[in-house]
Amino acid sequence: MSAEQKELTQTPLLKIWVPGMGSSLGQRRGSSRPQFTNCPTMIVMVGLPARGKTYISKKLTRYLNWIGVPTQVFNLGQYRREVLQTYKNYEFFRPDNEEAMKIRRAYASNALKDIASYFTKEQGQVAVLDATNTTRERRGVIINFAKEKGYKVFFIESVCDDPEIIEANTMQVKLSSPDYENYDKEEALVDFLKRIDCYKMSYVPLDEEKDRHLSFIKIFNVGSRYLVNRVQDHIQSRIVYYLMNIHVTPRSIYLSRHGESELNLLGRIGGDTGLSSQGQKYAKALAEFIRGQSIKDLKVWTSHMKRTIQTAEALGVPYEQWKALNEIDAGVCEEMTYEEIQATHPEEFALRDQDKYRYRYPKGESYEDLVHRLEPVIMELERQENVLVICHQAVMRCLLAYFLDKSEDDLPYLKCPLHTVLKLTPLAYGCKVESFYLNIQAVNTHRDRPTNVNVARKPEEALQTVPEHL
Amino acid sequence: MNVTEDSTEQSGNSLTRELTQNPLKKIWVPSSTNGLPDRHISQRKVCMTNCPTLIVTVGLPARGKTYISKKLTRYLNWIDVPTKEFNVGQYRRECVKIYKSFEFFRPDNEEGLKIRKQCALAALNDVRQFLMDEGGQVAVFDATNTTRERRETILRFAEQNGFKVFFVESVCEDPDVIAENIVQVKLGSPDYTHCNTEEAVADFMKRIKCYENSYQPLDEELDGDLSFIKIIDVGRRYLVNRVQDHIQSRIVYYLMNIHITPRSIYLCRHGESDLNIKGRIGGDSGLSAKGQEFAKSLGQFIQSQNIHDLKVWTSQMKRTIQTAEAVGVPYEQWKALNEIDAGVCEELMYEEIQQRYPLEFALRDQDKYRYRYPKGESYEDLVQRLEPVIMELERQENVLVICHQAVMRCLLAYFLDKTAEELPYLKCPLHTVLKLTPVAYGCKVESVCLNVDAVNTHRDRPSIMFPNMFEYMITYYSHNNN
Repeated sequence: MSAEQKELTQTPLLKIWVPGMGSSLGQRRGSSRPQFTNCPTMIVMVGLPARGKTYISKKLTRYLNWIGVPTQVFNLGQYRREVLQTYKNYEFFRPDNEEAMKIRRAYASNALKDIASYFTKEQGQVAVLDATNTTRERRGVIINFAKEKGYKVFFIESVCDDPEIIEANTMQVKLSSPDYENYDKEEALVDFLKRIDCYKMSYVPLDEEKDRHLSFIKIFNVGSRYLVNRVQDHIQSRIVYYLMNIHVTPRSIYLSRHGESELNLLGRIGGDTGLSSQGQKYAKALAEFIRGQSIKDLKVWTSHMKRTIQTAEALGVPYEQWKALNEIDAGVCEEMTYEEIQATHPEEFALRDQDKYRYRYPKGESYEDLVHRLEPVIMELERQENVLVICHQAVMRCLLAYFLDKSEDDLPYLKCPLHTVLKLTPLAYGCKVESFYLNIQAVNTHRDRPTNVNVARKPEEALQTVPEHL
Repeated sequence: MNVTEDSTEQSGNSLTRELTQNPLKKIWVPSSTNGLPDRHISQRKVCMTNCPTLIVTVGLPARGKTYISKKLTRYLNWIDVPTKEFNVGQYRRECVKIYKSFEFFRPDNEEGLKIRKQCALAALNDVRQFLMDEGGQVAVFDATNTTRERRETILRFAEQNGFKVFFVESVCEDPDVIAENIVQVKLGSPDYTHCNTEEAVADFMKRIKCYENSYQPLDEELDGDLSFIKIIDVGRRYLVNRVQDHIQSRIVYYLMNIHITPRSIYLCRHGESDLNIKGRIGGDSGLSAKGQEFAKSLGQFIQSQNIHDLKVWTSQMKRTIQTAEAVGVPYEQWKALNEIDAGVCEELMYEEIQQRYPLEFALRDQDKYRYRYPKGESYEDLVQRLEPVIMELERQENVLVICHQAVMRCLLAYFLDKTAEELPYLKCPLHTVLKLTPVAYGCKVESVCLNVDAVNTHRDRPSIMFPNMFEYMITYYSHNNN
């Protein structure tokens, strides 16, 4: 083994130490992202219609993408709609409909091909196959496909026999499906129930004994019970943990920044100052707003920084301080204005504009680091019901990106102005957002991406989008 | 939405309470008018449960109940949830000084049954004391609890006292696993000091038989209202029912990630760094010449150990990565393994900290675990940041972790069940590898010094402290820094 000591250089954007050029071993040995899994994973949904498979598929996919695992949903219903153009009625799903069976097998096979392509050509890591997959035969086809290609398979089965839940699901998401555009509500409901019946006869649930070699989680009655079999690796363990923490109880999450701070007024980033007089006014306005909302059992969370705590104090209710909610650490740039950063670290300033999500401040953090640090907050938000989170600009962008499924490119530029409360309410497969500006003046702290992000740009070009300040 | 302003209030004093920053933990708390910290506002304690929790194990003998109890207790204490286990077998041994044979456990042994019930009740009494009077948050009641009747007794007890109950059942029929358990932990039990191996195994198998006939496993239907996890075949399968709150969710996650496959965890620090030589803390410097020598020796040592499928983890700081590079195998960089952030004291020598921040320096010695550097971190923060690392270490098999002094102390404290008081003073010298191998209910530690000289970076707790003067200093400090 070679005894040479390799020189390390620090990559300018991520601030990761890597062996420098001219290393005899060529490929970089160190990976800076935790290895969730060493091969692509197929998540295969199982269950009768209206059991929440699509809800789980979409939510799980949103979560995995947010924590940095490229994931995509492959919904067979969509494939069917592309092939068939119009939906007539439930007869398509009758188990004795040979013609339809042929078509269904064909587009299912296309979906598998697309999954293979997603893994090999698009660097996907997880594919969620959202379909009923209710027979052992169908699951066998999928397992063979995965074995051939070297993919891991993890089944998620949703079992529910509570008629109220099924009806609620049907009302919420099925009746507005493109399938039932030309139906009236009653007819649609009748047809859909007949559709479920078509599957029921041949439904073979995952079995503890017969399927004991498979990796799966069986979710009973929206989470009151789980059966977990043969978790193979880290990503499956995280998926199980996530699925066991989500719920469907209606609730709202309120996101807000602290009131305007003294450093905000001066256009300085970071630091740990108190509220300005406008900020204090906002804190009181926020208290009134919250009272007006009449929220049941509201939990209030803040960061460890003075400005969020001062804001919470005005509410007059108990609150919890989370260090994980602290603002992004700007390292050597803490408490500087953008002008000062441009003057003292022009290359850093440009790099940040080139890739704001991955850019790490020297001796500080990146948005990517923030997401990692916020993951336990998101997990606990999933467990909770009504919560008000009083945090900071970068933090709020990360949380918002999770709820609204925003990409890494969009995340650092999401608009989260001071003195505005966002009320997020889960609805169907997504999230309703209501924005409340509490009419207390504040400075603007939002800096858009300037046109020129080149390191060699002129200072005016760099400072093109800096908001006004004292 | 319009909000009318209250014009009678002045801009400077429109909040009801002022905030002061607690000098030790650097937490902002509301204070009364004399500038001293007032009511304590809740900190994000990892497990917010609003009432104490009683974890109840269920299962035949030699199913790993005590192993799980001890491990879970160790984990919960490490993440700062005061937890204690109550092993009914121990109560029995105190009561019945000498164990004769399995006959004690026969279901028709009236005398035996009476004593065993008494022991269980005595243990529950101690549980109550721990959870109500001693500030405990979780109690682990470690016994077979194989009948529904016994479990009913416990549920009633918990209800009377306002405790939540979570059952952890271990079900296993694999004869190899059971045999291995017996060899590992039963033969060395005080019960069998007077027996030879064959006798002990024979007796123990008969003991298990005594429980088998009356064993009523937790049932999805009959026990559908209870909160529990059933662990089947050492983690091959789990049945989880009605998780009530955050702490139960974390417990389930932890139990689903641990395994008993034999493996070793190697912990070491980076090689000696340039800043180490200068006696400066923190920073991101490279290895000194001796440090590079250590890295080479480490590479050779690892090779010689012939470790199957070794994973190597480093922090994202130059010195650990340089060390890993010399080992010559792929490694993963974890930001979570970065050294404790010393904030304003980064790259200072202890003498300089003493000069520029004498109060900070004294505060740190007062409570090194909870002390947070200004604009930096505390050991307490470190533990929270390292929790995902521990969770992944539990999942993995053979791993070498190349990290830093404070980080290594936190990890070591987890494996060796050290308290928050001991943790910041654990000895983790440079150029020494600790090999941890799980054995029975604990961890065997082998310390391998790779014989490359290095400076000593360990600072013991100073013997002289002035408590009263100290209180005065805190008051003085908060008055003058508001």
